[in-house]
Amino acid sequence: MSAQTILTAGIEPATADATWHLDDYVGRGGYAALKKVLAEKMTPEAVINEVKKSSLRGRGGAGFPSGLKWSFMPKAYAGTKYLCCNSDEGEPGTFKDRDLLRYNPHQVIEGMAIAAYAMGTAVGYNYIHGEVWDLYARFERALDEARAAGLIGQNILGSGFNFELYAHHGYGAYICGEETALLESIEGKKGQPRYKPPFPASYGLYGKPTTINNTETFAAVPWIIMNGGEKYLELGKPNNGGTKLFSVSGHVVRPGVYEVPMGLPFPELLKMCGGMRGGRKLKACIPGGSSAPVLPAEIMMECTMDYDAIAKAGSMLGSGAVIVMDESVCMVRALERLSYFYFEESCGQCTPCREGTGWLYRVVHRIEHGLGRAEDLDLLNGVTDNIMGRTICALGDAASLPVRSFIKHFRSEFEYHIDNKKCLVPPEVQREGSKIHVRPSQC
Amino acid sequence: MLSDNALKRIDRELTKYPADQKQSAVMAALAIAQDEKGYLAQETIAAVADYLGMAPMAAYEIASFYNMYDLAPVGRFKLTVCTNLPCALSGGVHAADHLKQTLGIDFNETTPDGLFTLKEGECLGACGDAPVLLMNNKRMCSHMSTEAIDQLLAELRAEALAKPAGPKS
Repeated sequence: MSAQTILTAGIEPATADATWHLDDYVGRGGYAALKKVLAEKMTPEAVINEVKKSSLRGRGGAGFPSGLKWSFMPKAYAGTKYLCCNSDEGEPGTFKDRDLLRYNPHQVIEGMAIAAYAMGTAVGYNYIHGEVWDLYARFERALDEARAAGLIGQNILGSGFNFELYAHHGYGAYICGEETALLESIEGKKGQPRYKPPFPASYGLYGKPTTINNTETFAAVPWIIMNGGEKYLELGKPNNGGTKLFSVSGHVVRPGVYEVPMGLPFPELLKMCGGMRGGRKLKACIPGGSSAPVLPAEIMMECTMDYDAIAKAGSMLGSGAVIVMDESVCMVRALERLSYFYFEESCGQCTPCREGTGWLYRVVHRIEHGLGRAEDLDLLNGVTDNIMGRTICALGDAASLPVRSFIKHFRSEFEYHIDNKKCLVPPEVQREGSKIHVRPSQC
Repeated sequence: MLSDNALKRIDRELTKYPADQKQSAVMAALAIAQDEKGYLAQETIAAVADYLGMAPMAAYEIASFYNMYDLAPVGRFKLTVCTNLPCALSGGVHAADHLKQTLGIDFNETTPDGLFTLKEGECLGACGDAPVLLMNNKRMCSHMSTEAIDQLLAELRAEALAKPAGPKS
């Protein structure tokens, strides 16, 4: 790979699983940024300013400018302020933070410590998806290493700066990736999102000012401090600074996590993944995780991979989870599986989402199973009208956008199903196309 | 009710949170209790709630909301296979079919010998390694071809023979 990497720099795939320890990270230049901040007595404002200059945008999916978010934290607050890392990665297609936690957990710890310094937060939690238990255990070990080396805890490196950091695990609830549901979950409650406002910066964990960022966002911070915000911005493109991890799944030869500069043309990313599996043709792609609208091949092939370009094409870059589908995929069946997911994962708090996701799943299910009715596509769009914008959090929208976009771009396939009571793509073709894929042993 | 070892582990979790926020440790405490007991019976949930000074119903709310908790007995080895779209595109459904066929059970069923329970999982966050399955909530098994599945089942059966029954470690 020729382009510069910063999140995965110096990590060799063959040994990556063994080089996550503190010594390894320090050997790669780790913790130099935290030491610089403390030794030079950078002001919190200067740190935030650097992050603002970098144009780093939240890597969890929303793409909100990180420096701006940090500046919302009240400076003069007398009590404890909190910092949370959102590693509750459970959006179908998203598995980038898993690689960061697996291969470079100290980078996340260092990023959080710098963020804590900038915002004056004394306590932090990293909320880790329960299903990746081994990484939760590893993160706890990394915390022990950092604590023993005086890099977190009280009076860090003799500077007088205090930051306690802990790991908290989820236990199987997609909704906890929503930041206020995550806070509820840390408080030992059901992960049901809160109304906003008040925003977490004024009323967060235990009712105290809190900032929540994604794992990858924190991981980018040390590089920005060492090299300057402008350098980071230059790695990407205007308003879309830096590099980004893309987790590519589906019908490519080598699914996996790829760090590329923002703005890379999609065909090049596809090439890095070894191209389409079995030489089949690209049919569709979901560029930003299962909640993002699907795009047909001809639109996708024209896109560059950055927030603004993907938004212009009618979808979202989201978490950078690229789900690639070839011509063997039945779009009705694909949507049915996604709709089931949202129905299963709706927290049940808001009626439009609780009831609506069930309607979406049942109607797509009946179309897929040859029981669809002519009016069903209008019905589906009508249900999404009644969900979108009428719920506390974005899960309702996340369930609706796939339905609307699948119908918009692949309407004829849905109509064929309804008229002919069967798939346009023969079942044996589907089965062959999605059989167990043995990845070449490269990455 | 819970062993000293389990309580010690819960105590360690409690050190992460403010002294007046013991409820924050409930997710970890329930996971620890489930590891020890195999599943969360009403009295186990009540014991955890009691230890943390919260209402049993508040702990039950947690146990029933998060889907990695088991409120009914499961086999010694619970296998959760992801069949969500990204995994399905790389063989997740084939892997699940192979497990169903080999074990002779459907999702949410347990083999008559009490060894295996099969569950359909939602996103495990490891789509790049599809097919993936999670063993007893803790061990992620990647690239599960039919051969890899057969090997895993053989390994677990051998483990059961070597260390019969008893509570989960």
